[in-house]
Amino acid sequence: MESFDYLFFLEVLTGGLLSGVMYSLVAIGFVLIYKTSGVLNFAQGALLLFAALTFVSLVERGVPFYLALALTFAIMVLLGIGIERAVLRPLVNKPPITLFMATLGLSYIIEGAAQLLWGTQVHALELGIEDVPFEFYGVFISQFDLFASAVAALMVIGLTLFFRYTRVGLTFRAVADDQFAALAVGLRLPRIWATVWATSGLVALVAGLLWGARSGVQFSLSLVVLKALPVLVLGGFDSIAGAIIGGLLIGASEKLAEVYIGEYFGGGIEGWFAYAIALVFLLIRPSGLFGQKLVERV
Amino acid sequence: MAAITSQPVVSAKLPGWIAPLAILIIAFAVVPFIGSSYLIEALLLPFLALSLAGVGLNLLTGYAGQVSLGSAAFMAVGAFAAFNFNLRVEGLPLLVSIALAGGITAAVGIVFGLPSLRLRGFYLAVSTLAAQFFVQWALTKFGWFSNDDPSGVIDAPKLTIAGIDFDSSTGRYYFSLIVVTVLTFFAWRIASSQTGRNFIAIRDNETAARIIGVPVLRTKLLVFALSSFIIGIAGALWAFAYLRTVEPAGFNLDRSFQILFIIIIGGLATIRGAFLGAALMVVFPVVLSRVGSFLLGDLFDSGVLDMSQRIVIGTLIIVFLILEPDGLAALGRRLTGRFRPSTPEPVG
Repeated sequence: MESFDYLFFLEVLTGGLLSGVMYSLVAIGFVLIYKTSGVLNFAQGALLLFAALTFVSLVERGVPFYLALALTFAIMVLLGIGIERAVLRPLVNKPPITLFMATLGLSYIIEGAAQLLWGTQVHALELGIEDVPFEFYGVFISQFDLFASAVAALMVIGLTLFFRYTRVGLTFRAVADDQFAALAVGLRLPRIWATVWATSGLVALVAGLLWGARSGVQFSLSLVVLKALPVLVLGGFDSIAGAIIGGLLIGASEKLAEVYIGEYFGGGIEGWFAYAIALVFLLIRPSGLFGQKLVERV
Repeated sequence: MAAITSQPVVSAKLPGWIAPLAILIIAFAVVPFIGSSYLIEALLLPFLALSLAGVGLNLLTGYAGQVSLGSAAFMAVGAFAAFNFNLRVEGLPLLVSIALAGGITAAVGIVFGLPSLRLRGFYLAVSTLAAQFFVQWALTKFGWFSNDDPSGVIDAPKLTIAGIDFDSSTGRYYFSLIVVTVLTFFAWRIASSQTGRNFIAIRDNETAARIIGVPVLRTKLLVFALSSFIIGIAGALWAFAYLRTVEPAGFNLDRSFQILFIIIIGGLATIRGAFLGAALMVVFPVVLSRVGSFLLGDLFDSGVLDMSQRIVIGTLIIVFLILEPDGLAALGRRLTGRFRPSTPEPVG
């Protein structure tokens, strides 16, 4: 290491940041549900797999692209309503950890159903974006990653506007602030939760398409949830900004660590490195970067 | 008349140790003689190992309320530590290596339990995933753990204790049964001691526990150590008595979830829940594959079986959480309670 290769460093950093965006995309789906219903939805990965698999299978059966997109979205909405009905409503007022375990069960059901319906083989997903790296001041950047970041940015802007300026968004925020107060002023919690799950189904669809286009639509897609969890821990479970910044931090440090210190560990450290960062960080700040300070019930 | 009505009176006064003792007698004296080797190898051995892991996790999650998603990692640590003690320390009795492996697992458990001092709930559950990924990575990456086997596979040594050969399927059954009995008794003693009540106090209200003088930090680390100790030995049983050949990938996240599901379905904070849940988890795939191939014939291949298994397990979890949050243990208590009235009706 006589002369530090800045260009190479920049390239690794950019690659890491861009793959961090992909983590954030998954993490946002979690945040939506956690914010409004206090549930850590482990089934988000399964939803993502289900959305991507449904979309791909529809397209492979000759359904036009946009129709398939609309159909999949409709299915995700129905799924969200069904989940609210069958799982959340009977478990109202149970401790959060019970709800978490219920979403674990839910993820098993959705994963099983998705593959029972559409088969277990790997599907290729073509979104019509070429994955050709282009050069930008000597740094190679993947075009696909840039597209993914643009989509993520659009989605975050869209969600922020939605939360801030629409009536539904306002009710979401009310529920997130105080469920009892929201009930008291006459908001219908079941309907709101169904909407939230449908929204997170939409996020799952977008994330599923992007992840699927990159790594093929298959079972392992539902494992991206494991990549998103340290991002959430780092950013705080209830902050969209946290999910974005956490994703960027995790993505960048993961890639940098793999390239620069990975060799000292014998490589392959990306499986747990993100968790290590998140843990070290949490020991210093237990509620994450932007998470709300936990108010302990006594 | 009097003879008939006296029946429920007697059973109502049955002491609590009768049922476990009867089960033990059947397990030791009857099962090995009537059970086929299929029953023992394919059902009872995994059942015993998983039950023990469930007992261990139940101490941590059921009693002390610390959710862990890394149980399989601790099983792996136990299995690989026992393998290495046995391999590298000349003349060390097998039982001692397994016990030492439990100790190593307890130490690893304390390390991964450290975050519990500051984190709780979801944050802790997520941080136990770190154990899952780190252990699996380390065992695959460093050949030393598996004695430089190219794919990280370890083979179980011959099960010989004090000159007695336990290598047959009946022998391995007895071996597992004895270990599980001893450790379950140990876990039950802990759970009903002051320490066990401290665990429950921390689960129910940490602040209150601290106020009444429970040493919260020490107790949390203790429960991580104890639970990991038991789970580690369960891992050694899984590797040595049941599978005989294991690789790190066999202790993946799905296994961790399986153990968590065992205690949810069986019943949190009960000892017998772990056994009931494990029995369901072991028997149910066999039943499902029989029923499925009977109903659907060739359509029901292993892929379909795998998927429908996931669906049914997931559904079971949700159904239990909604309808019977205290699991099979509570269900069983209610069912037997119906036949065993606590106050016999006076008969004139």
